[in-house]
This record gives sequence, structure tokens and C-alpha cells, in this order.
Amino acid sequence: METFIQQVINGLVLGSMYSLIALGYTMVYGILNLINFAHGDVMTFGALTSLTTAVLLQAMFPGVPGWFILLGGLLAAIPVCVTLSLVIERVAYRPLRNAPRLAPLITAIGVSIVLQTIAMLVWGRNFLTYPQLVSNNPIHVFGATVTQTKIAVISLSAIVMIGLMLLVNRTRLGRAMRATSENPRVASLMGVNPNFVIAATFAIGAALAALAGVMFATTYGVAHFYMGFLPGLKAFTAAVLGGIGNVPGAMIGGLLLGLIESLGAGYVGELTGGVFGSNYQDVFAFLILVAVLIFRPQGLLGERVADRS
Amino acid sequence: MTSIFPQLRNNAAAAWVAMFVVAVLLIALPYLAGTLGNAWVRALAFMLLYIMLALGLNIVVGFAGLLDLGYIAFYAVGAYTYALLASPHLAQNFAWIAQAFPNGLHNSIWFVIPLSAGIAALFGILLGAPVLKLRGDYLAIVTLGFGELIRIFLNNLNSPLNITNGPQGITLIDPVTIGSVNFARTQNFFGLEMSSVYLYYYLFLVLTIISIVICIRLQNSRLGRAWMAIREDEIAAKAMGINVRNVKLLAFSLGATFGGVAGAMFSAFQGFVSPESFILNESIIVLAMVVLGGLGHIPGVILGAALLALFPELLRHTVTPVQMALFGEVIVEAEVLRMMLYGLALVLVMLYRPKGLWPAPEHGINPVVQRHSRLAA
Amino acid sequence: MNQQLLRFAPVAIAAALALTACNRQETPATKTAEAPAKAAAAPAAEVLKIGHVAPLTGGIAHLGKDNENGARLAVEEINAAGGLKVGDKTYKLDLVAEDDKADPKEGTLAAQKIVDSGAVAVVGHLNSGTTIPASKIYADANMAQISPSATNPKYTEQGFKTAFRVCANDNQQGAVLANYAADSLKAKTIAILDDRTAYGQGLADVVERVAKEKGMKVVAREFTNDKATDFNAILTKVRATKPDVVMYGGMDATAGPMAKQMTQLGIKSTFLAGDGVCSPEFIKLAGDASGSLHCSQAGEAVEKLAKGTEFVEKYKKRFNSEVQVYSPYSYDAVYVIADAIKRAGKVDRASITAAIPATKYDGLTGTVAFDDKGDVKGGAISMFKVVNGKLEYVSTVR
Repeated sequence: METFIQQVINGLVLGSMYSLIALGYTMVYGILNLINFAHGDVMTFGALTSLTTAVLLQAMFPGVPGWFILLGGLLAAIPVCVTLSLVIERVAYRPLRNAPRLAPLITAIGVSIVLQTIAMLVWGRNFLTYPQLVSNNPIHVFGATVTQTKIAVISLSAIVMIGLMLLVNRTRLGRAMRATSENPRVASLMGVNPNFVIAATFAIGAALAALAGVMFATTYGVAHFYMGFLPGLKAFTAAVLGGIGNVPGAMIGGLLLGLIESLGAGYVGELTGGVFGSNYQDVFAFLILVAVLIFRPQGLLGERVADRS
Repeated sequence: MTSIFPQLRNNAAAAWVAMFVVAVLLIALPYLAGTLGNAWVRALAFMLLYIMLALGLNIVVGFAGLLDLGYIAFYAVGAYTYALLASPHLAQNFAWIAQAFPNGLHNSIWFVIPLSAGIAALFGILLGAPVLKLRGDYLAIVTLGFGELIRIFLNNLNSPLNITNGPQGITLIDPVTIGSVNFARTQNFFGLEMSSVYLYYYLFLVLTIISIVICIRLQNSRLGRAWMAIREDEIAAKAMGINVRNVKLLAFSLGATFGGVAGAMFSAFQGFVSPESFILNESIIVLAMVVLGGLGHIPGVILGAALLALFPELLRHTVTPVQMALFGEVIVEAEVLRMMLYGLALVLVMLYRPKGLWPAPEHGINPVVQRHSRLAA
Repeated sequence: MNQQLLRFAPVAIAAALALTACNRQETPATKTAEAPAKAAAAPAAEVLKIGHVAPLTGGIAHLGKDNENGARLAVEEINAAGGLKVGDKTYKLDLVAEDDKADPKEGTLAAQKIVDSGAVAVVGHLNSGTTIPASKIYADANMAQISPSATNPKYTEQGFKTAFRVCANDNQQGAVLANYAADSLKAKTIAILDDRTAYGQGLADVVERVAKEKGMKVVAREFTNDKATDFNAILTKVRATKPDVVMYGGMDATAGPMAKQMTQLGIKSTFLAGDGVCSPEFIKLAGDASGSLHCSQAGEAVEKLAKGTEFVEKYKKRFNSEVQVYSPYSYDAVYVIADAIKRAGKVDRASITAAIPATKYDGLTGTVAFDDKGDVKGGAISMFKVVNGKLEYVSTVR
């Protein structure tokens, strides 16, 4: 039982980070029908920027407690990611809004590769250590072992996601976003500026990715130039699982994927009677995804993407 | 030739001359490249393998419009089929096989090539069957997952029964032997000495030409037109009486056969296979080749594959000397520059020539038609 | 007419010109193995090329560069001492370095390049996964290949006369690790993890086998992959079995985060790992959590040898970075080649290859001699543990 609770917590930590990234994917997809493959690499930039900033701050202000430095790193990472995302949108995606479906997909892959190379040039190829800003001491709670970082990850993600839900459902911008996602032409007739809404979507997604990047780097203690690609891909899978274009769907999908991966790795051995071990954990997660897509192709919560033929 | 260059349709003499020139060039190419070293001939051989892969993926993505991000799985299947049938691995691990084949497992390519193609086609159907209803990006994710699935299984099927030898891969794979000619040794033909790489180049050249002919015939057949109909508008195609399910399955399986054959040849060429050669990145590279060259247009696809396969080699040879000459030290390493240019190439081509570098001529064969634009932009 | 073809003619011509231009920029590639001496420069000293291949990009680029540095140090030392005197000619050594990106296909391409470059012998590769396919190409060219770090036993079991290695292989290393766990760490239960690579899984399997023979109970057998960062799920599973020792077959890039997560989960077991983890990089990545590590390195402990501390200092001065793991081996490998050349009295590939089996060279990593498969004889394995953020020597098993 203890192990089960621990695995659930592991899954929630992982899933929270996936959710934050998945939100970026799903919002962009809802409006533009575009898989922004470069989103994972935006997260990389967030993590690496915060690393550099944290190291600098630590050198400049040695006595300051870890949380402040972490905050400083985050505040530095967010503008970098937002700018990066907006630039990518303007340069690589806007000209392709009317192009055949594959073009933005290929462009996104190309942008992802370019971002990875830039990160490689700026930060080098080695794995970089994230400074130990928060204590790593295990805390025992409800029979599981967590650290301050993990608690922070879960709670902060929850707060941010609630905030996003409020933004989408209760503010003008949120209304504009939902309208554009529903039917952009009519939305523009109603006075919504589509370019502004799209820019806002990318910006919000990027900020979330920056946060996810900082969380990732803090939790695992490492950062390197291709750290974002795989989590990005998994986060997209999570978004599809929850229902692409659906904001609560992305949140649920991310948490669910984290849980599936954690519980899968932990229990796939028992479930298959020892035939398959934890080396098949990715397979397990993927099979669940395929099953959902085959039997419920619009995802768990149903997609909210308008008018696709 | 006239399918590729329609202008030649009216001039038979020019068509024959063109074919002759191209043939001479292709035959002489390894000797030209060989003056720079065997590494270039090896690169050319790999380029031909990539061309075969790109042609196969072109059937799935270009003709039928089905976005497949896991195509490399068929390459892996073909490679492992040959590896298992032509290496000591199975005999070492299963006593009953060692008894049944006391001289070890050796199989000629006349048997293995059709078998690899067949098994790959089977996997194509296995992949295609569950995803018939999915469209667009969902299909991409599921196929991506299938590609990874195959790779993970290949990496882990070494216990309880050691089928694939896991991450250690299968070594000592037999080279190709046609008649008495062993492709791993330097051979002498009419006084002309050809080392192993050259022999493999010519073998791959023959297979590639056969692939091109098959693709052209498919393109102009009823099946090819059915694929294009599905690509343009699935519902209208169904209304016209096309059996969409069977046609899609045929797209997946026929596309997979090219991958399977290329994989078997890769296995024989390298003498060693391991799951590391079949990662997601490779699927993306093949997709980029198809899209870059010209989706659905066979000569475009060949051009795209040739460019993307040879480009890294060219870069590796020019970047370091140029930087040394200009700056006296290497500021940006060749590998980093290669990745950056590769990414930039994808972005720039899509921004400025979205139909590919060599798109199909405008009438009839048209790449994916634009969906109704959702924004006034 | 053939407009399309005409349009392509200039492109084709340009491409052909570009290719030939490339040729002129490079040092002329020689086709026969007998001619490396002719490919050179000053009339007084001729140049012998020695190849070196390792991953210079990717996750273990730091280890690849380390290997290259070790080989380069040896080459520069030999040249500074006046070069290699063979008969009445003096040869300067030139290191031809290639990058195999830790990918088997790139490994074969790099191998072909080394063969084309006219090198007389090669030090490489780093990973077993690239060394094995490349060995076929070197064998076909009758070029001696000495690997400083590939530990998969299969490499020398292929029967190639050109395949050698100067480090102990996984069979030896795994046995030492398991014995260490049973005898020195007094462990009764062991949990084994690996990263599903040729190296990691090979080592872990050997440890599992020997551990069972020694009577230890293998309480968990889990797997991850070499690109993962989150090991919480499998570590939680391991924690439930309360092992005395957790053994990991993998590299430092994944072991570092893993050690950290072990601490976070409150796992107090000793962390046992092989040479892929036994590097300063691991200590950097694991931070405070590095104190639980006991690891092995193939060969003698560099700092215990008389020439060891000297080597570490020379290395630091020349390259301004720390010795990672295998550079002493690539260093010795170059010297073994030089020694073979001197004994053979000739500088062609075949003679060098024929001379290497008789090697008895007193090197940095110990006395180098090869058995009939090409493995180093009496390969020593040294055990280390991490104390106060530094690797501290424990013992050597010979």
C-alpha cells in the first residue's frame, strides 16, 4: 500500500509537469490546428535560462535563501520563453496559416532542431547541474516519501492550472480565445483580433512551459540541450489523450499520463505475471493511448476543435 | 523516363539519350566518388537505401496522404528478418534450430528479400488495421508510437527467449552472396577490381531502380489513383465506390515492403544490427526527405533523399577546413552546424517552397490541397 | 526539348566541381595501405597517421573527448621526444580524429573514413555498440584496432585478428563487482538495474549471474533507458524490496539523477556501479547524493601508479580539464601501437597487426599483454568510493 501511494505521488509529480506543457500544446492546437513540436524546446530554454540566472544570483548574493533564487530564475525564464515563442510564431508559423497540413508540422520539427542547436551553442553539450536550491531531505507524509520540491511542484501546478481555468472561463481574453478556437471568422466579426489572440495563446503556453522547465530542472537536478524534446512529445500525447483543444482535457491527460507511466513501471511486472518487466513501461503507456484513441478518438473529454474535415 | 520528364514524351530519341546519360553517370558515380575515398562510396550506398525508404514512405504519405511518423519500424523489421535468418544468433540460442541446421542458418537473398518484403507488409497491415478511422495528427501520434513500440520490443526481446539479443544486437550477419560472388570480398570483373562497397552500391542501385519502376507503375494504376482520391477527399472517394479500408491497408503494406527490403540490405551491408539504428529521429529524417523533395512526386522524393543523405557528409568535409582558414580555429563544430542547417533547411523550404523542392507539375498529380483557411490571416 | 535535363546540367556540373574542390582541400587520400609514408611533408620526418574514433557529440561527448585527449597527449609526447625511429627513418605521428556520435551507422562511416585516410592503426571506438560493427571494416582492411573502453565480450569473440582492447571486459568487471558486493560490502540482497544498452545490460547480467552464484538474493531486476531522467517509479519498486546494495549498469549521465532520486526517496542502500559511472561527471550531477557510490574502473587506479599522478597533471596542464575515465587507456593504446611499430620494424598495417599479439608493454594502466582473443591479459579492476565529493581508491583486483 505504501508503495502504491508512493507511485501515485511520483505519477502526480511527473504528471503535473506534463500537464503544464500539454496545456501549451492544446491551446495552440485548438486555435491553429498545429502541433507545435518546438514547444518542448521552449521548455528547455526555460530550464537552461533559469539555471544560468540561478548560478549568477547565487554568486552575486550568497546569503539569500534558495526559494528566492529559484523565483529569480523563474522570473528570468518566463520573458525569455515568451519572447522565443512569439518570435517562432511570427517567423515560422504565421506565413504558413493557409498552407497544406504537413507544412507547419515539418516547420515545427525544423524549428525544434534549430532551437536545440542554439541551446547547444549557448550552453554547451554537457549535462549541466542545477544548483541545489531547495533541500532534498525526504519528508514522510501519508506513508510516502516526498521532498519539498515535489510538494511545490504538485501544489504550484494545481494553482496555476486553476488560474488558467479562471482565465479561460472568466475573462475577456479567455472568451476571445474560446471564440477564436470555435470559429475564427465569426470571432473576428465580433471584434476579436485573431493575431492578438494567437499571440496571447503562444505567450501563455510559453510561460507555462518555462515554469515546467524550472520544475523539471529542480526535480531532477540536471538540464541539457535536448531535455525538452521527449517530455514535449509525451505532453502532446497527454493532450491528445485528454482531448486536443480542450484545456481541462490537457490537465487531466497530463496527470493521467504521469500516473500511467508511474504505475505502469511499478506494476507491469505483476500485471503480466513477470513476462514483461519495467523495460516495457513506455509500451504500456502507449498501448493505453492507442486504446483510447481507437475506442474514443476524440480523447477522454472530447476535443474542442472546430470544423475539421 | 517519360513519367518523370513529360516533356520527353514527344521526342523518343531525346528520351533514350537522357536515359543513357543518366545510366552512365550512375554506373560511373562510385568511381568518381571513390577517388575521394571509400567513405564516399559508402555514403552513396546509404543514400540509395534512404532513397528506397523515401519511395516507400512516399506511397503512404505522398500518394495516400496518411501521415506516418513510425516508418522506420518496417526498416527494422526487414533488417532483423535478414539478421535472424543469416547469422549464428538463432542457432546459438535455440538448440532445436542448431540441430535442424547443423551448418548454421544461411539464406540466399533470393529467399530473404521476398520474405522481408512479405513480413514488412504484414506489419504494415498490423499497423494499418487499428488506425483506419484516425486522421491527420492523431494518425501521426499513433504511428509514432508504433515505431517506438517495435524498437522497444526489439530492444527487450532477449528474455525469457532470446529472440533479438536485446541491445547488444546481432553480429556476424552473412554478407550478400549471389551465386559464387561474395559481396564482402573484393571481386574482380573483367580485370576491373571492385571492392565490397562498390558491389553493394551496384546491388542497391539495381534495387532502387526496381523500386522506382514499381512506384511509377503504382502511381499510374487504378490503385494509385484510388490513393490520390483518398488523399484529396476520403468521403468523395467512398462515394465513388472506392473501398477505402482496403486501399488504405494496401498503402500501408505496400509502403512497408520497400522499408523491409531496404532493411534487409542494410543488415547485410553492415553485418550488424542493433535497435539503436531505428530510433524516432530516423523516421523524421525519412519524412523530411519526402516532404522536402516534393510530396507525392517521385523524382522530387529521390532528389530530397539524395540531398538529405549526402548533405551531412559534404558539410563534414567543408566546415572544419573553411573555419580553420577563416578564423584559425573551429568555432562551430561540423556536427552542430549540420544540425542547425538541417533544421533551417526544413523551415525555409516550408516557408518558401511548401510543395517541395521539385513538386509535381500542376495538372492531375497535385500534392495535398489546401484545407479551407481558418483565418483571414 | 529536354528543358528539364538542361536545367539540371549546370547543377550537376557544379556538384561535380564542388566534389573535386573538396578533394583538393583535404590531404590526398591514399588507396593502398603501403603508402602512408609517402603522404607527407618534410623530407626529414615522414608522417604516420593513427586514427581515433569516439563520440564527440551527444550525451557522452565528455567521455569521447576525454579518450581523444588521452590519445593526443601520447601522440604529442612521442613527437616531442623526437618521433618514432624505425630503421633509419624517423616518423612523426599524426592523430586522425573522427566522431562516431555513439551511433552504430555513424561508427561504420567513421571507420571507413579512418581506413581511407591511410592510417596505420586505430584507437577506438568508445562504445561497444559502435566498436563491434566498425571492427568488421578494420578487419577487412587488416588494420589493428585497439579499443580503450569497449567492454562487451562479443567484440573479441568475433574472431578478428585485428581486434584488441586494453581494458578489462564486462565478464571480468561484472564478476569483480558482484564479489565486491558479497565480500567487501557484505551484502545479502541486491537490486539490479540497467539502462538497456549493450554496455549497461551486459554488465548487469554478469553481476546478476555471479551474485546468484555467491548466494546473494537478487530482490529486484528493473530497467530504464539511457535517455531517461525520471527513475522514481522503478526506485520506488526497488525501495519496497529493501536491498542492501543497488547495482546500476549504465552511464554517469543517468546515474547522477538516479542517485539523487534515491536520496529523495529515502533509499539508504549502497549504490554500486561500473566504469561508466565512475567519473567526476557523476559526482557533479549527483551533488550531495554522490556519497553512496562504490564503483569500479577497468585497470589499475591511475593515481596509485608511479606515472599516474604525473599523467593526471600533464593532462590537466594540456587540456585544462580533468581526466574522466578512459583517457589513460587511449594513452596506453597509442603507446602500444608505437611499441608494435618499433618491434615490427615496418610501418604497414599488416606488419603492425601481426606484431601486436606479442606486446609486452609496461604502461600507465599496467603491463599490457594480450591473450589469443585480443583481450588484455590480467586485466585489473580497481574499486573506488566517493568520499567528500571525490573518488577515493579502495582496492584492486588482479
